Amino acid sequence: MKPVFTYTKGMLPVSTSYCPGCTHGIANRIIMETLEEMGKLGDAIGVAPIGCAVLCHQFMNVDMLEAAHGRAPAVAAGIRRAQPDRLVFTYQGDGDLASIGTNEIVHAAHRGEKFSTFFINNAIYGMTGGQMAPTTLIGQKTTTCPEGRTVEQAGRPIRMSEMLSTIDGAVYVERVALDSPAHVRAAKKAVRRAFEVQEKRLGFGIVEFLSICPTNWGLTPADSITWLRDNMIPYYPLGVYKCPEGLEND
Amino acid sequence: MAEKVLLKGNEAFAEAAIRGGCRFYFGYPITPQSEIPEFMSRELKKRGGAFLQAESELGAINMTYGCAAAGGNVFISSSSPGISLMQEGMSFLCSAECPATILNVSRCGPGVGGIQPGQADYFQMTRGGGNGDYRIPTFAPASIQEAVDILYEAPMLADSIRNPVAVLADGMLGQMMEPVALPEPKKQIMPQDVPAYKPWALTGYDFKPDHQRAVVKSLRLQPDALEKHVEKLFEKYHRLEKELVRCETIGLDGADVVFVAFGTMSRLCKEAMEMLEAEGVRAGLIRPITIWPFPYGAFDALDFGKTKAVISTELSMGQMIDDVRIGVSGRLPVELIHRTGGMIPTSLEIVEKTKKILGALK
Repeated sequence: MKPVFTYTKGMLPVSTSYCPGCTHGIANRIIMETLEEMGKLGDAIGVAPIGCAVLCHQFMNVDMLEAAHGRAPAVAAGIRRAQPDRLVFTYQGDGDLASIGTNEIVHAAHRGEKFSTFFINNAIYGMTGGQMAPTTLIGQKTTTCPEGRTVEQAGRPIRMSEMLSTIDGAVYVERVALDSPAHVRAAKKAVRRAFEVQEKRLGFGIVEFLSICPTNWGLTPADSITWLRDNMIPYYPLGVYKCPEGLEND
Repeated sequence: MAEKVLLKGNEAFAEAAIRGGCRFYFGYPITPQSEIPEFMSRELKKRGGAFLQAESELGAINMTYGCAAAGGNVFISSSSPGISLMQEGMSFLCSAECPATILNVSRCGPGVGGIQPGQADYFQMTRGGGNGDYRIPTFAPASIQEAVDILYEAPMLADSIRNPVAVLADGMLGQMMEPVALPEPKKQIMPQDVPAYKPWALTGYDFKPDHQRAVVKSLRLQPDALEKHVEKLFEKYHRLEKELVRCETIGLDGADVVFVAFGTMSRLCKEAMEMLEAEGVRAGLIRPITIWPFPYGAFDALDFGKTKAVISTELSMGQMIDDVRIGVSGRLPVELIHRTGGMIPTSLEIVEKTKKILGALK
């Protein structure tokens, strides 16, 4: 009998440690499925962040390194120098990439580093227990803005895709969401495009995934999906912010 | 023996690291070592490697972590405040067992301090500013030739122990010129040869049944697993304490007084020793060449019947003196002669202070 579905060998056959309803697992899997479909699992070297996804190296079945908080882009730049023919990627959350690691991500983009970054934006710090992130929305309650984030206190949420797309070296920037099957399929296409940009040595590529954190948002997974649609997508519009010519319709 | 050439310290250090096998350099400009990134930006590409000017020292040390984890042979350099920024990464390199050669051409602190030579990074280099249980073997050369010989061997040493190896050279050594004999270049490891030399490195997982994928990490959430890991690291460090320790000793037998000094300060002590000899005072010297591991054993050879004091001489407020006290273990008085802030004592000043110390002990 012909199998209708096989699990990607890019993911190890273990349970992830992500909370129920968390979208990290989907992001992990579509990255690995894409690498498998491209026949590139053996060429991949991934860099895990600090935060909830620190353990993604226990799920993603490729060579992996665990970076210090925010430093994944610098680490990836180093890997790329030693192994120039490999497919290198970083996987980073919003605390990692948009707060403590802004220097590293901005300069990696600025240099046009030939690696791909997958950025999980769930508008909150997950692993440390639900503190305010740079991407936390105005009015959103967290353990460090218990009355809701205000502009006076913390400024407006940072839009990383918009910011990085102003940098010449960042040639591919797309924001996707993991809230529906159609969006997940679109996200997977974005992952593929990011790797293709890297393979063609065109410059730096990043995919931002709008994601949910039911545990720290204090919502059910279903309500979290609704909250993402109602609140995150209007502030963080989905779409291709930048794409090299010829890859737009791939 | 190779022909001697006159070289500035910083350029000689960079050339020695390349000849020792380093092919990757990540750095950020900082006085008094900026000649090194300049030299590397000219040389490494020609010699099959890569130079990258990092966005910060924090970036540089993490590029080092990635490159070393992927099998690259990395040399990096900075100076005191830049080394402070690298401490986070050094802790990671040690835990993840990634090799690298790290040079501190030190200046004065605290804070941004000044750019004149200083030795106040002794604690930073020997105790480490990063978190957790780890050690970094650290050499403290006293001449450009000695620094060249150490930097030539350091990359292979780092590879063999899978740990960073550091060199502490003050700004005096970095900026002055001396005749140097450069050793023959060692063979370099090409990217495709990395799996054979470093099977633990990140090179891509081929999914062959008898192969394992590489995971380079430092997180161990289970206390028993972390304890086991750190104990494994310390088996290595304890072995290095026995095998790596290196020092020069001069005239301990019959010495009235013994100086302990490293780097630039040891050169001044050698001058002071001659001047004291002319005045009938016999001075000996213990010169640590490794400051971690520190040559505590050298102090057992002191002439306890004759020597009246051991004097730690330092370009700091007295940091190595802690190790000197451990080495002496209460068997003799331990004194301090020092200047700091970039002030360097003359040999005459050392002589006068030594006579004063000996006079007070009578």
